Amino acid sequence: MSPNDEHVRSTPPSWFDWLDDRLGLRAARHLAEKKTVPVHRHSIWYYFGGMTLFLFTIQVSTGILLLLYYRPSADTAFESVEFIMTQVRFGWLVRSIHNWSANLMIAALFIHMFSVFFLRAYRSPREITWLSGAFLLFLSLAFGFSGYLLPWNTLSFFATKVGTEVAGVVPVAGQFMVRFLRGGDEVTGATLTRFYGFHVAILPAITTALLTLHLLMVQQHGMSVPESVKEPVKTMKFLPNFLLRDIIGWLTALAALAALAAIFPWDLGVKADPFAPAPAGIRPEWFFMFMFQTLKLLPAKIGFVEGEVLGVLGFSLGGLVLLLVPLIDSRGSKRIAKILAAAGGLVMIYILAMTVAGYLE
Amino acid sequence: MPSMERRSFINYLLGTSVGATFLSIAYPILEFLIPPAISEAQQNNVIAGKATDLKPNTALIFKFGTRPGILVRTAEGELRAFSASCTHLNCTVQYRDDLRHLWCACHGGQFDLNGINVAGPPPRPVEQYAVNLSGGDIVVSKR
Amino acid sequence: MFVVAALFLIGLQGPPSAPVNTCVSCHLEAGDDLAAPIAKVADDVHGKRGFSCVHCHGGDAGEADMDKAMDPRKGFVGKPAPKQIPVICGKCHSNADTMKRFNPGIRVDQEAEYRTSMHGKRLAQGDVKAATCVSCHGNHGIRAVSDPNAPVFPTHVAETCGRCHSDAAYMKPYGIPTDQAAKYKASVHADALFKMQDLSAPTCNDCHGNHGATPPGTASVANVCGTCHARQSELFGAGPHKSAFDTMGVGECLACHGNHEVFRPTDAFIGTGNKAICIKCHNQGEPGYETAATIRQDLLTLSERIAGADSVLERAARAGMEVSRARFELTEANHDLTNARVLIHSFSAPGVEKATGPALAIADKARQAGENALKEWTFRRKGLAVSLLVIALAIVSVYLKIRQIEAGS
Repeated sequence: MSPNDEHVRSTPPSWFDWLDDRLGLRAARHLAEKKTVPVHRHSIWYYFGGMTLFLFTIQVSTGILLLLYYRPSADTAFESVEFIMTQVRFGWLVRSIHNWSANLMIAALFIHMFSVFFLRAYRSPREITWLSGAFLLFLSLAFGFSGYLLPWNTLSFFATKVGTEVAGVVPVAGQFMVRFLRGGDEVTGATLTRFYGFHVAILPAITTALLTLHLLMVQQHGMSVPESVKEPVKTMKFLPNFLLRDIIGWLTALAALAALAAIFPWDLGVKADPFAPAPAGIRPEWFFMFMFQTLKLLPAKIGFVEGEVLGVLGFSLGGLVLLLVPLIDSRGSKRIAKILAAAGGLVMIYILAMTVAGYLE
Repeated sequence: MPSMERRSFINYLLGTSVGATFLSIAYPILEFLIPPAISEAQQNNVIAGKATDLKPNTALIFKFGTRPGILVRTAEGELRAFSASCTHLNCTVQYRDDLRHLWCACHGGQFDLNGINVAGPPPRPVEQYAVNLSGGDIVVSKR
Repeated sequence: MFVVAALFLIGLQGPPSAPVNTCVSCHLEAGDDLAAPIAKVADDVHGKRGFSCVHCHGGDAGEADMDKAMDPRKGFVGKPAPKQIPVICGKCHSNADTMKRFNPGIRVDQEAEYRTSMHGKRLAQGDVKAATCVSCHGNHGIRAVSDPNAPVFPTHVAETCGRCHSDAAYMKPYGIPTDQAAKYKASVHADALFKMQDLSAPTCNDCHGNHGATPPGTASVANVCGTCHARQSELFGAGPHKSAFDTMGVGECLACHGNHEVFRPTDAFIGTGNKAICIKCHNQGEPGYETAATIRQDLLTLSERIAGADSVLERAARAGMEVSRARFELTEANHDLTNARVLIHSFSAPGVEKATGPALAIADKARQAGENALKEWTFRRKGLAVSLLVIALAIVSVYLKIRQIEAGS
């Protein structure tokens, strides 16, 4: 009997029986113990889903804490965030962690998405996992976009103005979409209250549902093993071996967040003045930078279509293609898979290059 | 048995350090939950004093954000509040009961009780604030 | 084509029933210089109120015949000689009954004041180069003083006066300097007026008067400056320099501050340094010399302490610490410093120290608060270090646990 069998061997305490009778814990435990994770040279990518989940829980908990003091109106939003930063004990830490963790989460999410894409883990039967994951990515971007406005500082105010303006170029529905996003024709206190509603209620509700589906699907189908990995595949128990490794990653992330928040506390900026002229150097958050930069570089007219319209349509089409990846690559054709991989690589390089270009300017 | 000792040491280490980690997470959170001394972001309004404290034809200086404000009870008993930073060189103005004006000791600038610069070097009027009574408190707020 | 345009313009002059203004019709036909005033009058403050050519130039605008229209017997003056101008303007502007109809608040003593001015006196002596009403206000396009485009609007006064006073050739017969406008433009007053757009900042006429323009005599300089700088003037009057300067015949304020080129005063003006003005009269060993040195030191110490406290507070605020209370209190010290700089005009070291003494205590307190905030900041860093250590330990122990679990398999 090896030492790591102790979990199975030990007799569960009586309170466990009591709970088990009511909750069916033993079945869950049985399931968890049976769960395994393949071990191969691409295993490292399995950790990024869990990392994203961990950072998401940090977002939820720090977000809930911030709710205690934040006030969503044009008159009080900036002051309340300032209040959190200066008066509330550890307010600076909570807010900075919320900010940093948001950025790290989106970074982890991108890595997770690209690794799944390149390892072709979206293939049958995991199409729904991919689809829910892609929607979760869009939701996270929406979280980032709506959250950026909430401190109501000059930079976020104008970035939101520019960002929502972009929706206006969509043919037919554009003007309605701008009004819908802004809660009016202009970015005002109404927009702030609206974004707050999106950020703390609507988006979390949808995310919870999709995340549940996503995690259930992961349980259902287990981890996907890339084709390139030769049989037989070694495995590792999820509990405790893989989870403990996950925990090491999470603890590292936690330490990094604490250090980032303490050494580089998130700047509060200057309160937004809707009547002030737009300051120089307005930029969105980094994960929107590649779109922002593209729209900036596009010529005013391409053929007879406005460059901006084309750009926005291009990105919408890109999003659609992202959702449809499992369908495009459904027949296991080597040629299509190759084209997809090449396209994905190009997209990744494009995003990186545009992001860097945006910051170099 | 050394392996047993080693295992219990690792378990001890794991328990302690994970426990300590949870403590170091819980401490800031608990502190965060405790209401701070100033219970609100007081930027747009402030309690300048008690209504009973201010006799007619007197004034008091109060803190409004990081700037001083001045609350005047006129000889007629009316309450008025202004920014107390002189628009000339930011000295703090005071109420002169003989002049019935706000007077800046630095360069002798004067503002009337509408905040208008009426004498001396100040180039602009001082900002006037709205005054409301809430219970016995005089609440001053930006207009 | 021109005639059509002219007819059109005449048509615009008033309702069709109004009699044709023959001055306008003829002058337009003549064109060029003779037509030029007509367009300008449309913008004129008088033109807008229904005044027309004949009100200043006399004659008859209803008369079609040129000779009859411009008959001196009908009061026609043509182009007024300089000497006539104040009289013509004064016809209305010195008449309270007339002026009341247009602006009940306006003064009617401009002409009388003008007669007392250097310009008016020279004109009376027959000097046709002396300025009259039109020299400053313009003639056919006169604008109200409140009109930002008027040559007598505060921001244009220096330029308007300078048209003559900065012209060396023009001013040659009078033997007075011509650099006043240039000097003024380098002064603290011009800074306030032009850069800060403070229309109450003084320009030429605020010290010299406008209609009664005359250089203030040495004795009245302090009164002129004192209209705005009341406290300095009061302190100076009660201090030791008043009688000394009067005996020496030195203009009170301008002895140190100059007249047209009034610089923003710095603390270096006082004291015994090489930029100090005190040492022009006071020699080492005199009590005045000592006082100057003491006052300078007081100001220097206070401004250094305030700057020190401010930089500590700034650092603390940048680090995200709450120091608004201390910063608020520090404004009080700044107030005292500004006050102390005024109290200099008493030329008494104890007088200045009445302001600097308490301010030093305030500045030190504020600095202490800033340093405490920075200490708290260091404490946070230590807290971070401790929690990082704890997390690192947790990572190590999880790692050891994994190794222990997997050792057997």
